[in-house]
Amino acid sequence: MSEIEMKVNGKSVKGDAEGRTLLSSFLREELRLTGTHVGCDTSQCGACVVHVDGVAVKSCTMLAADAAGADVTTIEGMANADGSLSVIQAAFQEHHGLQCGFCTPGMVMSAAALLKENPKPSEAEIRHYLEGNICRCTGYHNIVKSVLAASGQLDESGGAIAAE
Amino acid sequence: MPKDNGIGAAPKRREDLRFLTGKGRYTDDINIAGQAHAFFLRSDVAHGTINSIDTAAAAGMDGVVSILTAADFEAAGGIPCGWCVTDRHGQPMKEPKHPILAEGKVRHVGDPIAMIIADTLEQARDAAEAINVDITELPAVVDMSTALDAGATKVHDEFDDNLCYDWTFGSDDAAVEEAFSKAAHITTLELVNNRLVANPMEPRVAVGDYTSHNDESTLYTTSQNPHVIRLLMGAFVLGIPEHKLRVVAPDVGGGFGAKIYHYAEEAACTLAAKLCGRPVKWTSSRSEAFMSDAHGRDHITKMELALDADNNFIGIRTDTLANMGAYLSTFAPSIPTYLHGTLMAGNYKTPVVQVNVKSIFTTTVPVDAYRGAGRPEATFQLERIVDMAARELGVSPIDLRNQNFISKDMFPYATPVAVEYDTGDYHATLAKGADLADVAGFDARAAASAANGKLRGLGVAHFIEACGIAPSALVGQLGARAGLYESATVRVNATGGLVVMTGSHSHGQGHETTFPQVVAEMIGIDESMVEIVHGDTANTPMGMGTYGSRSLAVGGSAIVRATEKIINKAKKIAAHLMEAAEGDIELKDGTFSVAGTDKSIAWGDVALTAYVPHNYPLEDLEPGLEETAFYDPANFTYPAGAYICEVEVDPDTGKVDVLNFTAADDFGNVVNPMIVAGQVHGGIVQGIGQALLENCSYDENGQLLSASFMDYTMPRADDIPFMTVDHSCVTPCTHNPLGVKGCGEAGAIGSPPAVVNAVLDALHRGGHNVPHIDMPLTPSRVWSAMNG
Repeated sequence: MSEIEMKVNGKSVKGDAEGRTLLSSFLREELRLTGTHVGCDTSQCGACVVHVDGVAVKSCTMLAADAAGADVTTIEGMANADGSLSVIQAAFQEHHGLQCGFCTPGMVMSAAALLKENPKPSEAEIRHYLEGNICRCTGYHNIVKSVLAASGQLDESGGAIAAE
Repeated sequence: MPKDNGIGAAPKRREDLRFLTGKGRYTDDINIAGQAHAFFLRSDVAHGTINSIDTAAAAGMDGVVSILTAADFEAAGGIPCGWCVTDRHGQPMKEPKHPILAEGKVRHVGDPIAMIIADTLEQARDAAEAINVDITELPAVVDMSTALDAGATKVHDEFDDNLCYDWTFGSDDAAVEEAFSKAAHITTLELVNNRLVANPMEPRVAVGDYTSHNDESTLYTTSQNPHVIRLLMGAFVLGIPEHKLRVVAPDVGGGFGAKIYHYAEEAACTLAAKLCGRPVKWTSSRSEAFMSDAHGRDHITKMELALDADNNFIGIRTDTLANMGAYLSTFAPSIPTYLHGTLMAGNYKTPVVQVNVKSIFTTTVPVDAYRGAGRPEATFQLERIVDMAARELGVSPIDLRNQNFISKDMFPYATPVAVEYDTGDYHATLAKGADLADVAGFDARAAASAANGKLRGLGVAHFIEACGIAPSALVGQLGARAGLYESATVRVNATGGLVVMTGSHSHGQGHETTFPQVVAEMIGIDESMVEIVHGDTANTPMGMGTYGSRSLAVGGSAIVRATEKIINKAKKIAAHLMEAAEGDIELKDGTFSVAGTDKSIAWGDVALTAYVPHNYPLEDLEPGLEETAFYDPANFTYPAGAYICEVEVDPDTGKVDVLNFTAADDFGNVVNPMIVAGQVHGGIVQGIGQALLENCSYDENGQLLSASFMDYTMPRADDIPFMTVDHSCVTPCTHNPLGVKGCGEAGAIGSPPAVVNAVLDALHRGGHNVPHIDMPLTPSRVWSAMNG
């Protein structure tokens, strides 16, 4: 067991971790940031996605020790400074992009990473990018719509804005 | 202009605020001071005799608190089954003991053998590796088609064979013989309804806690029905009376049936907390979930459809083998019988229907309800065989359906399989679906695909389901060991806000948003004045929980009844305050008024008076404003709908792409169209998953080959197109106060046959006359069928 330090959601934190402790466990158990979820044990479901130094990472597939010194953002750090929902979070609520909410933190973190890389992704690009995030509730329909909306690509009636 | 409040509005979900910000409180997020962690050592063989379990070395390892085996649970009962099916000879089904931890034998891969409790999960896992279990392996029983052979290995030694029950339902043999003897055409279909794993994204978790000062046990668990778990575990397993046992199911990350049942781990953690004097937490890994969550489907069926010379359906006969797995899960025996056989008439006026089912024990994980539960199996058979008959007869599948549909003037309609449909208009839903899917323009799209070297196909299915389970007296006659009412307590606070405590449970359905819409509509107040409480036996009335698309139809009806009681009492108070006759009091927009006068009093003033009864008819009326109702439905509800799928098949690889999917449903009245659409989307994709991707697979030794998301193919975002869903065809339910039917399972019920019919249509158009392919229609299976 050794003490490691990192920055999480803008705050410097430290905690104890074994060599084998996963970043997801460190966030959930040591820092009690339980918004990051663990839905599988084979790095398939994506419920645990966080950002490490700006890059989307499945936190169940990274050792906490490897994140020492890194700048980590979790779902708890995604709202606006005043506590209101960010554009992506608000789009998920507006377009019913979540049901049970369990995959949602990973879905939001992946969507945020996508829009940083590609501010106006096509439907196909969104579906391809989110292939590593499994949702069992929504059938992905409203998740894809939420991401289109968050990137300004839905009109008020909910229909896709025609490509120019 | 769409409404922005009450029934029919689509307010944003209030639960989303916590889920989108990481503030949800799921069971695994609960940590109690001093808690220890449990790990279950599970069988890695399908079947065997346990000779010995040596825990000595493990018990001395760092951090180990306790190691429990079957001997520690001797005083406890087995996990009970909640439904006893009576067989065709009037005998009860065979009901083997389902021990908490394996007693003497293991019967499936994943059967728990020992529970290791340690300070940390890692220590518990390390200790499990030091336990030496000596097992003499026995032959596995995997294949249902040979499990009943003479001399087959028995899963349970105390029985003569592996047959749980042999059941028949519907028309008698003489009627069936007569119908088939008169047939001008008989279509025969043999099929497999593939075994599935529900896979809610949140794995199961149980946290047991015991407080000695009041001798109370608390279980936090990932359940769709905490009261059911409290009753089953308290009364039948651990012998704890309800007033000493609390079960809490907080935010639950999806259920789909797999979180209905009482599981061994729940009882083990509850008891272990008392034995160890520490809270005990168990969190399933996904691999563990695959081998311990109840599975779904897994039927082998032969079906025959008899038609007369005019293509009228005159008889249906089915023979099904249904897999129960190694033990009987909570509702397992009812799924292939009363939730399957009763739907075998479908939407059709077939006068003779007979369903035969043999349920079989195998050395596999128990099988129980998965989204739809019996109804997808019935719908798949019917909607495949109708398509097959249309192909054999050279008629349009849509025309053949329309010809044989029960027409809207025939309701209420009693089927030959014991149920009475109250309302429906199947011609309308099919026409709506065909219109939305642009069936008329399909040939042009098929030609365009052909020009690109692809085979395009269109598949239609029309389903009916029975939801809103269920009239207690009826299910009691059929073997249910529970009532299936639902409950609600409505508490009006002194300043006018309301709290609704419901026996239903929300694990994605959005009850916290929709139930206030119902109450707000009835009183004429804003939804924000209504709060929903669910999921904790300590502060909700005894309720049966959420499954079978029952929450609005049964739980919502209970809320309506309780709110009616509230309004009736509030009117009495208002009448007293305004010195008017009770019969003259009207409630509109949250204000009570006296008919024909300008006298009025606000909702909040009446509420305050109920709790500050200075000017109050105390001789006639108790103070306070809180009412409870239990609602027991008079009948099932019968949603129905048309599902139309359009696919493209790559003839070089056999890969199927779903291009369009259309659902035109009749759910009766709709409270929140946004949430209804979301339920249908999710159900359709689970159905597409069953049709094209998902398969739970065992080898001949009973090894589970698909025990992770690497091996079990979940639908992903890039497997699915945008869908068109519509619920504008409305025939309200006639027997519940909201006129609602339920929407939670429809998508998973109606979609698999639509997908398979579409693929076979594509192959047919490409010159491949393939009568049937078993699900999932993987590229390998499709390619082999084309080139076989």
